[in-house]
Amino acid sequence: MSNLLQFSISEVLSLLEKKEFSTKELVETYINAIEKTKDLNMYLTTCFDQAFEQAKISDQNYLNGSQRFLEGIPLGVKDMFCTKGIETTASSKILKKFIPTYESTVTQNLWKEGAINLGKLSCDEFAMGSSNETAAKGEVINPWNFEEKRTPGGSSGGSAAAVAAKAALAATGTDTGGSIRQPAAFCGVVGLKPTYGRCSRWGIVAFASSLDQAGPITRNVSDAALMLQVMSGYDPKDSTSSNKDVPNFYNDLGKSIKGIKIGIPEEYNSDGISSDILNAKDMTINFLKENGAEIIPVKLPLTKYSLPVYYIVAPAEASSNLARYDGVRYGARIDGNSLDEMYENTRNLGFGDEVKRRIMIGTYVLSSGYYDAYYLKAQKVRRLIKNEFDEIFKQVDYLVTPTTPTTAFKLGSTQDLLTMYLNDVFTVPASLAGIPGISLPIKLDKNKLPVGIQILGKDFDEQGLLNVAQVIESCASFKDTPNGVAS
Amino acid sequence: MTNAGQNSNYISGKTGDWEIVIGLEIHAQVLSSSKLFSGASTEFGKDPNHNVSLVDAAMPGMLPVINETCIKQAIKSGIALNAEINKYSVFDRKNYFYADLPQGYQISQYKYPIVGEGSLKITDANGEDKIIGIERIHLEQDAGKSLHDQHPSKSFIDLNRTGVALMEIVSKPDLRSPEEAASYVKKIRTVLRYIETCDGNMEQGSLRADCNVSVRKPNGDLGTRCEIKNLNSIKFISQAIQYEAERQVEILENGGVIDQETRLFDTSTGETRSMRSKEDAHDYRYFPDPDLLPLELSDSQISEIRSDMPELPDQLVERLISEYGITKYDANVIAEEKEYVHYYENSAKNRDGKLVVNWMTSELFGLLKKNNIQFNQNPISPNYLNELVELIENKTISGKIAKDVFEIMFATSKSPKMIVKEKGLEQVTDDSAIEFFVDQVINENKDKVKEYLSGKDKLFGFFVGQVMKVSQGKANPGLVNKILKSKLK
Repeated sequence: MSNLLQFSISEVLSLLEKKEFSTKELVETYINAIEKTKDLNMYLTTCFDQAFEQAKISDQNYLNGSQRFLEGIPLGVKDMFCTKGIETTASSKILKKFIPTYESTVTQNLWKEGAINLGKLSCDEFAMGSSNETAAKGEVINPWNFEEKRTPGGSSGGSAAAVAAKAALAATGTDTGGSIRQPAAFCGVVGLKPTYGRCSRWGIVAFASSLDQAGPITRNVSDAALMLQVMSGYDPKDSTSSNKDVPNFYNDLGKSIKGIKIGIPEEYNSDGISSDILNAKDMTINFLKENGAEIIPVKLPLTKYSLPVYYIVAPAEASSNLARYDGVRYGARIDGNSLDEMYENTRNLGFGDEVKRRIMIGTYVLSSGYYDAYYLKAQKVRRLIKNEFDEIFKQVDYLVTPTTPTTAFKLGSTQDLLTMYLNDVFTVPASLAGIPGISLPIKLDKNKLPVGIQILGKDFDEQGLLNVAQVIESCASFKDTPNGVAS
Repeated sequence: MTNAGQNSNYISGKTGDWEIVIGLEIHAQVLSSSKLFSGASTEFGKDPNHNVSLVDAAMPGMLPVINETCIKQAIKSGIALNAEINKYSVFDRKNYFYADLPQGYQISQYKYPIVGEGSLKITDANGEDKIIGIERIHLEQDAGKSLHDQHPSKSFIDLNRTGVALMEIVSKPDLRSPEEAASYVKKIRTVLRYIETCDGNMEQGSLRADCNVSVRKPNGDLGTRCEIKNLNSIKFISQAIQYEAERQVEILENGGVIDQETRLFDTSTGETRSMRSKEDAHDYRYFPDPDLLPLELSDSQISEIRSDMPELPDQLVERLISEYGITKYDANVIAEEKEYVHYYENSAKNRDGKLVVNWMTSELFGLLKKNNIQFNQNPISPNYLNELVELIENKTISGKIAKDVFEIMFATSKSPKMIVKEKGLEQVTDDSAIEFFVDQVINENKDKVKEYLSGKDKLFGFFVGQVMKVSQGKANPGLVNKILKSKLK
């Protein structure tokens, strides 16, 4: 086989089954790719020895004809997922050398079906960021025009970059306000944030519990379907996980979208939005029309409140979720003369600026005297935003929007914080509402950077989302590859 | 009458009477084999950090899952306290940093507790019934334990207790004296032990109370309160309230004001001292725990538990009075502990209930106390107490002999019938045998007989006593009387 890196998951599965190559060869190829793309700073930890061990088992299973659903598929894992025996830091100094004794449910689901862990991927510290610049071990470089040192997006920047650079066949990500979809858009790959509750949060380092959701980042839509199918499912260890049946996402792909109604919300627009992005949206609308979908302009007037609501709710939960990193039981500890001093020293040196900022915002909005004005009000508006989506989904089946207002910007170029936070303006509403969203690449902009389009759907309608996405994917026929890619 | 009774609760100061107003927050550990949100064991007395799950240690990515048993126990407790069960309740996070609080927050219930308003009947200082209002019961996690005395410069942390389920039972400020507060805590403890939702073991910390105390001029406006934290015995609760109320009276009478503060009770001095003022109070930043869904209960879940409720102490007292004809006071004593009730009902079978209750509460409790023996180590089985009372009822032995038999039973755990037989303690009811004793006494006291016959009637008692003595107490006193009378004519 000339270049194993070119194949998607479904292709690899069928080629492995035909014994065109072995899992061992595949894993070797990916390890080489990881070595070659080291400068992009994507992997925090690698576990190649274990990967080879797993490859042996996979090859044996193919020999016996007892291969599992994702047998031999080499994956990268965002460092927010706890992995048994493998350092898990959430890209934070405070969790330096933390080695979990347990495996997150989502990754366990993947390994149980034969997938192979190549290593842990960088992200923004505790998934707080939109550029991967808050990672303790330094930012990841976007493989597109890599010499220009652009952001891969965030927080799942390492995951999206690794999939784009072919340093992983697919990767896991987590999305709290756009952390899967935005980096997927910046890196020209597919990123799916499932409905809140579709995937278990057990064993994922918590950022904002009511928003966090795991999902796949892949080369194409059908790979996303394969990954999601394995990652999903009810988990008694997570009280917020859903016990809804998991459909066979992959087998049910390919349905016609004739007659379905697509809403185009007019509010998903902004002053700084580039013409390339608007053009990608128009292209998408045309693809959908050509396939018989009905395009309906819709209004979602509460959209403008999403970002402020998000920046109250997420920091509030984070301020409480991150209280456990106190130096007492695990992770970093910087001693002091008293317990309080030890807390201060540990948390001061252990957390980066963005994390501290959000802890402070969160602490403030929950404080007595401010709770009603901020947190409680934000929760009420969040409910209204959810209601607005529910109402609109009575009129249309899906919504199509740009994923981001811009394409990947240069690392270090940004900008004031508010501009940075605006990166999530199109992705945050779906997070607040808990509905599923997918981003897929449509074209390159004038700087040869990918442009992503987002599709949003009803609760637990990932199947429909994947169908629509696949129709758009085949029309867009996005075949470009970044220059920072291994080959 | 009522006024005079209430006055006995008042503290009389220089400026007149003061009324004490008390509200209690009781923390009762839920009887359950595992913790409120984790599968770790709740067993007491394990090595430090033995009963700790990944959730209890707040490892990254760990999530709480509600323990259904604890929910049922809280509902059961609510029903027993005549309280409203809330079909919708919410778990909140109470945020603060401490080394024995791994999550950095305690999961508790703030705005929407699982149990709403209820009430409890207690007996006040005059033996009258008094209804104490219950404000709410909510579920929460216990914290761990910090050990500061194990090392000169380090503190040690034991997480065994971390995450164990507590019910916080909040009373209304309806209590008016340390005695009432003690009576209330005792009653709560009894009720929870009855329905088996808390073992009530105060030495092990399974039941502890925070006391809110204020004073006011009788029936005046409520005064500023102080909260005394974490009292783990009924004695300390009474002592702390008494001290605190007197302290407040003294301050007010000297023209001072009470600072609203949290205080600690020093068991060695019997005094309370300031722990932190209102200004230093934590801002706990309560908010609904996003890891847990609101708790929603159905009518059928609640009614199922309701229909399964065991007999409650108040119902039992009524039944004991009507079924065994004992006094309310005695019924209350028996009802205090479930094991007393079992014992009593077994020993009173087919017997005179009043007689049995007397033997149990005076003789048995007396000997247990004197010998410092716990009730569950009681050497006398209920069957044997039943047998003993039977021997008294059918006049095989007298009450006086029965006391001796009882002491032997206590020491040997033997059957009273066997003791009576072995020691030949049966009452002598044979006329000729008694006649023999009477003749002996008359012969040995001829001068006294003369005096009696000449009119000194009082001497009759002397003769009875002598006959009993000669018979070693076994002669039937009725027969002794009858025969003596006929012979001394």
